[in-house]
Order: sequence, then C-alpha cells, then structure tokens
Amino acid sequence: MATAPAWTPAEPLIRIADVHKAFGAVTVLSGVSLEVMKGEVICVIGPSGSGKSTLLRCINALVPIEKGSIQVEGQEVNDPKLDKLALRRKVGMVFQQYNLFPHKTALQNVMMAPVHVLREDKAEVEARARRLLKKVRLEGKEASYPGELSGGQQQRVAIARSLAMNPDVMLFDEVTAALDPETVKEVLVTIRELAEEGMTCLIVTHEMGFAREVAGHIYFTDRGVIVEHGPPKEFFANARDPRTQQFLSQIL
Amino acid sequence: MGAGHAHSRILAGVIANRSDLPVVLPFRLGAGTGAAGAWRPGPPHAVALAIALAVFVVVGDAQAAPGTPSILTTLLKWTPLLATGFLLNIAISFIAMAAGTVAGTFLGLMQISLLAPVRGVAWFFTQFFRNAPWLVLLFYCMLLLPFELQIGGTVIPLPAWMKATAGLALAVMANVSELVRGAVQSIPFGQWEASEALAFSRRQTLWMIILPQCVKRMLPPWMNLYAILVVGTALASIVGVNESMTLTGDILAAENRTELLVPMYLYLLLWFFAYCYPIARATVSLERRFQVR
Repeated sequence: MATAPAWTPAEPLIRIADVHKAFGAVTVLSGVSLEVMKGEVICVIGPSGSGKSTLLRCINALVPIEKGSIQVEGQEVNDPKLDKLALRRKVGMVFQQYNLFPHKTALQNVMMAPVHVLREDKAEVEARARRLLKKVRLEGKEASYPGELSGGQQQRVAIARSLAMNPDVMLFDEVTAALDPETVKEVLVTIRELAEEGMTCLIVTHEMGFAREVAGHIYFTDRGVIVEHGPPKEFFANARDPRTQQFLSQIL
Repeated sequence: MGAGHAHSRILAGVIANRSDLPVVLPFRLGAGTGAAGAWRPGPPHAVALAIALAVFVVVGDAQAAPGTPSILTTLLKWTPLLATGFLLNIAISFIAMAAGTVAGTFLGLMQISLLAPVRGVAWFFTQFFRNAPWLVLLFYCMLLLPFELQIGGTVIPLPAWMKATAGLALAVMANVSELVRGAVQSIPFGQWEASEALAFSRRQTLWMIILPQCVKRMLPPWMNLYAILVVGTALASIVGVNESMTLTGDILAAENRTELLVPMYLYLLLWFFAYCYPIARATVSLERRFQVR
C-alpha cells in the first residue's frame, strides 16, 4: 500500500488495538489490544469460546473486524483496499484440524502455494519443500497422502506447508487440540524449534506447560477481553485477576 | 377375525416394523438423493430375465402355427437390425451425457457463485429442468427446434435423433448441476479456509483444491445418472427416433405374430441390461472404494 507508513522491526510486527467483533448477536471480541514484536513468541490462553481463534483469524483477514485496528508490519488489515494476498504471504497459519489437501501428497501440499501463488521456480520450491519436511522430521513421507499419515504427522506437514511461503509470523490455532496425547509432543517440539530459531509466533493453546516453556509473554482472554498478561513466570506464579486464578486452578 | 383386531395388528406391525400384513414401512431416502439412484440392476434381475425369456420362447414355440420359424431363429434373424438401433441409443446417450456434463458443470459452478443474481438464474434453470419429466423435455425439443439450422450460407440439418439428444442433454445438465453444487458444498469448510490463508485466490481454490476433491465424490452418482440415461434413451421412440425400441415395434409389425411380442421385448430388455449392469457394478465398487477416507 502506498499509504502505509514504512515499518521498521523496532515497531511491533503485529499491533492489535481495541478490536471488536460480533457474529450476529454474539459478541466475540470486545476491545482486545495486543502487540507482538519481531522474534517474539506470544501464547494466548483462555477458556473455550473466549474469542482466541477468532482473534487469529482477524489477523490474516479471514474474518473482518467491526471496530478497532489491526496492523501487520504497519499495514492496516481493516483497510478495505487491503491486498489480502500480500498480507497472507506474510502471515502463516496452522489450524486445529490441519486442513491438508487430501488429494495431494505431503510434498505437493507443501509445494502448492509457493508454485501457484508466488509463482516461484518449481525445482527451487521442491528443494525447499524437501528441506522443510526434513526439518519437521518427515523425511521419507514426501510421497504419502494425508490419509496415510497420523494426526501429528499431518499437523507437521501443515506447519511445513505454511513455512514454505516464508512468512514473517506464524499463527497457531490450537494445533494440538485434535491430536492423540502421544503425538502432541512431536508437534510441540517442532513449534519450539521454530521459536528458538527466531520465528515470530502467536500461539493459541491449551497446553499450559508448553506455554510456560516457550512463550515470552502470555495473554489470558475471557469473554472477548484480555483479562491479564505478563511474562510466563509471573503470570503462572502470581495471577492477580480472580478469573485467571480460577482458570489456572482448573487447568493446572 | 374382527376389524378392530386387524387394525390393531396393522398398528403393531407398523410399530414393530415387521408384519405379515401389507403395511406401509417407513420410507428412508437412499444415499443418492432424488429420483436417481433408486433402482439398480443386480444378478437376480439377469437370472429372472433369462428365465422369463426361456419360458416365453418355449411356450411361444408351442403355441406357434405349424410351419412358422422358431422364435429363437426369428430373434437371431432380426438381431443385426436391432443392433443398429441399439447403437443409436448408445450414441444418443454418449452425446447427451457429454454435452449435459459440460453444461451442467458450468451451471453447477454458477449455483455457488458469490453473485446472487448468477446464483438465482442458475438455481432456476437447474430446478426447472431437473423437475421436468424427460418426455416433456423431449417433446419440447422436437417441437421447438427447427428441422434445420441456417448459419451464414450453410444449412445444417437437425434430424430427430439430434433433437431428442438435446432434450435428454437438458435433463442431464440439470442433474449434473446439482451433483456439482452438492459435491462442492460437501467439502469441509476448512479446505477453503486453509487455501485462503495460503493466499490462493477463490478461483484457484475452486479449480485446484475443491473441484479435484469433488470429482471423486461425483463419479459414482454421475455413472448412475449415465445408466439411467441409457435406459431413458428408449423414450426417444415416442417422438419418432429410429432407435432400438422403435425398431422392435417395427419388427413386431412386420412379423405379425402375437407369440413373438413378449420374447421380442424381453430380448431388447436383455440388451439394455447387458449394457447397464457392468456400469452399475462399477458404480457400486467405486462407492465402496471411496467410502474409506
């Protein structure tokens, strides 16, 4: 956008300010503000239905917002003239239900978007896709179809698929919620490696142990607002708000 | 047995779902919605047909006036002619299916358009042609289409069989349109969402991600529709197309032997059965294969 001010890494990569969103009569977000700096790992926790997933979908414009502002690298997402495709190239997203394309192999799943959306050279993309699959420990599964893979393997293909677009930030939407307990770990390990490499991550999760370990900052949402936030040590040790205390006592 | 007693027994039968009395059982829609998909030929049908044909051949031969050729010889004598008629049935079914599928795919895609007027028009045409009796469509095409088309200086004749094909193609189009719409809508929403998040455009999503998954889902009902269409081509005899059904009538008129009537039509039925049964088998096995997801 010509009107967008130049963004520098010193400013927040994602800046969410007073965002409101309702589905019909149901209010999902009522004044959420949050900032993510480049290289930061943010975890958002909170009870089901508190608007966490909706917040993520607002960031890459899958869901429009009614009021407030969301900026990704200085670009206003709520702008009607927004180039959605340009935004989505910067923002990778991984879903709870993986949503892999069942008619394509793991390798093809990873290659599709760079080849057809970014129109990159096929041989180059293939080399990158193989590298990414290796990185998520799926070497040898390139030719497997999603139906032939376990949930954890599918989710790691989905992570590789998203990474293939070379995004600046990754959004994880309860990516382990649909997995068997024994496969949860392999996915979390993959995400932690990404975080350690400096990838900016915004993670919605129910895995408290993981959040404590990986997050630089934790946000707790309930009924469409951010109740409390802070560094994990402080957040888990001395939660001040009664709602947070109650939630943590139920989970931990 | 009193009327009241019988009545209570019927009720009990309905409730228990089993009764030796003729009761109306609860009606359950099959997997294939709509009229299509209900009837499928199976091996018992083939055996029944063959037995019926054999019985009528034997009985017919016994009734025949002395000196007339046997029924089997007569059937064999007319087989080449019947075959040419049957070939026309197949040709009509091929062309109607191809044209109807192409047109129906576009109509179906229009039904899921983001533009409400496009959706509305597509919905209207789909419902109009899907709910019209095939015979009515045939009559309309016979009467409304000219016998020849003049484009520039060239005159293209439009024989009756071509007009009948157009009528059947309209019916196929409307059914395929619904197949496409239903298949697209049966794909989980997450597929759209994931494609969107990967920056695919709507058109790319549709052609590269959604429709390829639809083909698999649509193939069995599409083959089913084809089998029904083949049987339906016999309707063209009513509007005067020289296909196998018409020819069977002509043969019977020429032979003028009443004992030939039933064997001849049974023979024709066997032709259709022999053609449609493998399609039905393939459809069932495909359905079974695709069920595993």
